[in-house]
Amino acid sequence: MKGETTKKIDSIEFGILDPDTIRKMSQIRVVIPDTYDEDGYPIEGGLMDLHMGVIDPGLRCKTCGGRMATCPGHFGHIELVRPVIHIGYIKMIYSLLKTTCRSCGRLLLPTDQIQTYKKLITESGELPEEQELDVISQAKKVSKCPHCGKKQEKIKLIKPMTFYEGERRLLPSDIRRRMELIPDKDLRLLGIDPKKARPEWAILTVLPVPPVTARPSITLETGERSEDDLTHKLVDILRINQRLRDNISAGAPQLIIEDLWDLLQYHVTTYFNNEVSGIPPARHRSGRPLKTLAQRLKGKEGRFRYNLSGKRVNFSARTVISPDPNISINEVGVPREIAEELTVPEEITEWNINHAKDYIKRTEYPRAIYLIRPDGRRKKITDMNREEILQELAPGYVIERQLKDDDIVLFNRQPSLHRVSMMCHLVKVLPGRTFRLHPAVCKPYNADFDGDEMNMHVLQTEEAKAEALTLMLVQNQIISPRYGAPIIKGDEDIVSGGYLLTKKGTAFDKRIAEKILIKAGIKKMPSPDIGNNYSGKLLFSMLLPSTLNLEYRSLLCRDCEKCVGSKCPYDAYVKIKRGKLVSGVIDKVSLQGILLDTIFRQYGPEEAKEFLNKSTRLLLASTMHQGFSVSVEDTRISKEAQQEIKAIIADARQEVNRIIKDYNEGRLKKLPGKTLRETMEDMIMAILGKARKDAGDVAANYLSDYNPIIIMSRVGARGSLLNVTQMSAMVGQQAVRGKRIMRGYRNKSLPYFKEGEMGIEARGFVSSSFMEGLTPTEYFFHAMGGREALVDKGIRTAKSGYMQRRLVNALQDIVARKDGTVRDSDDVIVQYKYGEDGTDPMKCHGDYAVRLETKTYVEEKDRDEINIEDEGDDYD
Amino acid sequence: MLDSKVIVNHILVPKHEIMSKKESKAFLESNGLKKDQLPRILREDPVVKAIKAKKGDIIKITRNSPTAGKAVYYRMVY
Repeated sequence: MKGETTKKIDSIEFGILDPDTIRKMSQIRVVIPDTYDEDGYPIEGGLMDLHMGVIDPGLRCKTCGGRMATCPGHFGHIELVRPVIHIGYIKMIYSLLKTTCRSCGRLLLPTDQIQTYKKLITESGELPEEQELDVISQAKKVSKCPHCGKKQEKIKLIKPMTFYEGERRLLPSDIRRRMELIPDKDLRLLGIDPKKARPEWAILTVLPVPPVTARPSITLETGERSEDDLTHKLVDILRINQRLRDNISAGAPQLIIEDLWDLLQYHVTTYFNNEVSGIPPARHRSGRPLKTLAQRLKGKEGRFRYNLSGKRVNFSARTVISPDPNISINEVGVPREIAEELTVPEEITEWNINHAKDYIKRTEYPRAIYLIRPDGRRKKITDMNREEILQELAPGYVIERQLKDDDIVLFNRQPSLHRVSMMCHLVKVLPGRTFRLHPAVCKPYNADFDGDEMNMHVLQTEEAKAEALTLMLVQNQIISPRYGAPIIKGDEDIVSGGYLLTKKGTAFDKRIAEKILIKAGIKKMPSPDIGNNYSGKLLFSMLLPSTLNLEYRSLLCRDCEKCVGSKCPYDAYVKIKRGKLVSGVIDKVSLQGILLDTIFRQYGPEEAKEFLNKSTRLLLASTMHQGFSVSVEDTRISKEAQQEIKAIIADARQEVNRIIKDYNEGRLKKLPGKTLRETMEDMIMAILGKARKDAGDVAANYLSDYNPIIIMSRVGARGSLLNVTQMSAMVGQQAVRGKRIMRGYRNKSLPYFKEGEMGIEARGFVSSSFMEGLTPTEYFFHAMGGREALVDKGIRTAKSGYMQRRLVNALQDIVARKDGTVRDSDDVIVQYKYGEDGTDPMKCHGDYAVRLETKTYVEEKDRDEINIEDEGDDYD
Repeated sequence: MLDSKVIVNHILVPKHEIMSKKESKAFLESNGLKKDQLPRILREDPVVKAIKAKKGDIIKITRNSPTAGKAVYYRMVY
């Protein structure tokens, strides 16, 4: 952007503050462990001293003279009577104590070795990390100083912060003296730059006091003052510091002094980090642990992740969502209450000035709330100043008016895992208190209506609106960029409705046909095709573009040896000729696949949007006329079917018993790569799996073609053959860790069984159906399998969430460029061709791939085979 | 250590070729690239050692791709 300079960070340096710098930074030495006097005025020399900035209105900073809003705050300092260790540098101190001489301070390596390592120091003045570690590990082992000949003693660190040399305790002052001894030239080899971090600075003699603006006190309603946690901690430090000073000057015994010294160390440590393992966290009077420096920065609620990576925004709203099939897929129903609160800026030009005046004149809902003058001053429009403002209004002014229909917003549901988690919608102001969304966009948002909430963001600039409209609008996202098939589509009831409407024999009289069509917004009436009646296929044809020709097989297709095309006895062959549905039923394949896909690609996003809108309304309207419901009775199967299933179970049991017998008598042959036991288990699992499948087929065969459950599973609306099987025929083998159940007891699965029993019932085979009900043992086995599924799901989401976070962090700046390459922010190539094939899955169709840069189809010879997933159900 | 022939001929190792000075120059120019914009490959990489590529060489890697047939990739020895 013009006028903006970008600066590049070359390097970042970290160092330790030395005592002199701390004193120089400081505006005042803090000595009094108190904050305000009785009159509520900051105590001079106290922790709220006016030299460190002001947080009270009306006072002036004694350092810069600024007021509350202008003074940024200044540092102060505390002179510690005795030095204390900085807890953050404990590891460095420990390593230095072990690697340097206790008497002369030199690195415990012979001179020649020091010289060889020195040669390895790079231009940046650093020793490569690997060698640095070598130096440390070698110097640690030396027991006699190669420089002064002094014998070295073993240094021990008693966590968290007490050092011992042999039996003798090393006080922080002793350690500081040793650190001072280490010469600059040796420090380089230990990974320390002596200019920026002399090791003795890690033992504090002066403590910086952060500005009051960094630890403001808050005044409660009662007038009581409540201090920040950091201030509390600093009070503790000052108090102990003073007691220590008094005791020393009074000549108290060494024991008492050391006790107080340790106490000072404790307070300084918890001031830096209140979660150091091994020491009890400092607590507030109420028992709540104090939030000190490290706690302010760390973790999800810390400065980085909470305030810097994540920020709060204005012009947004959040509420519960509910469905509304009568709005368009690219609309969002917004409660009136929200629309009244949110505003959109409108720039005044000579062309819209009258329109803007209308908004200003209004006192009711769509009205202007604020006026922004060209100088940027903002004024609230009230009854008092309305006339004035109307006079004043001129091009260049901006009004902020309430949200109304067709305003452009972004709509989002967390977790925002992919691009379609956040799409651009148009506002539709509706009564009620929930956001309304079209059921077809549930899938991309992964939303349902069991209490889900979603967020809406109102776009404030023309650029943002244009960008959202072209890139993020719902109808432009119908095709998934991941696998190139529709992701915004009608499902469940809409699919059942498609079958019910277009199956053979569905016909309506004129009155009802009109009613159904008008629901879909179709005002043209076709001429009746079955006597005076209208067939379902005819009504559905009204949704199709008049030039559409298409032929394909629906889910009902039974893969006959010889396909008879549109004369298919099962009505599974879909034929659309010049926009008329000639044969075949409309099911999942049509509504979620080929038909929708073809309309999108041949006629564009607008037409596809209209198809989705109209088909939803038409199919729901027709379903409501026809009626469609499910009862428990629909899962009941006939006596004969039950007999057949019993026979299947008996056969399977016999077969399994035979295998167990073979196993016991050593007649079983091992499979390659498996133990004998595993071979047997595999064979049993296979038999039982087949038994369940057979039972399912029997049940499905005995259930009528008009059974709603069968209809739903066949046309792909909801439920699978497995679900039907489990409800009507048998639940089948339960598994834990992919094996038949075998846990909890010694060689048996439940106390009810014999030890070592291997029969089907003893290992979790459930031969009852949900309709019949499970026996107690079956019930337990089912719960065991269910528990595993639940735990797995929890672990999967937690793991994939963390993975996603890391992946997004790693990839966020990578861009697909216009020249087809993929590059990072330094223009370094990541891929020479996007995805190595330069194709955009969103624009690939069936067997055709599309070149990214030219948007033309890839020539047949240029590709081997392009795999496009046709199912999108598997994403998390 | 593995014989370089074994590495180069392994079924999972795609074709690596060292580009000549002329080829490298033509490649960089035609794509408007500078050498430091290329992805890198370590000198210690087993294949780099096997084909005896030196620091600064550009290596052309031809892989089989299920979607693109052949995918070509260029890396600079680093």
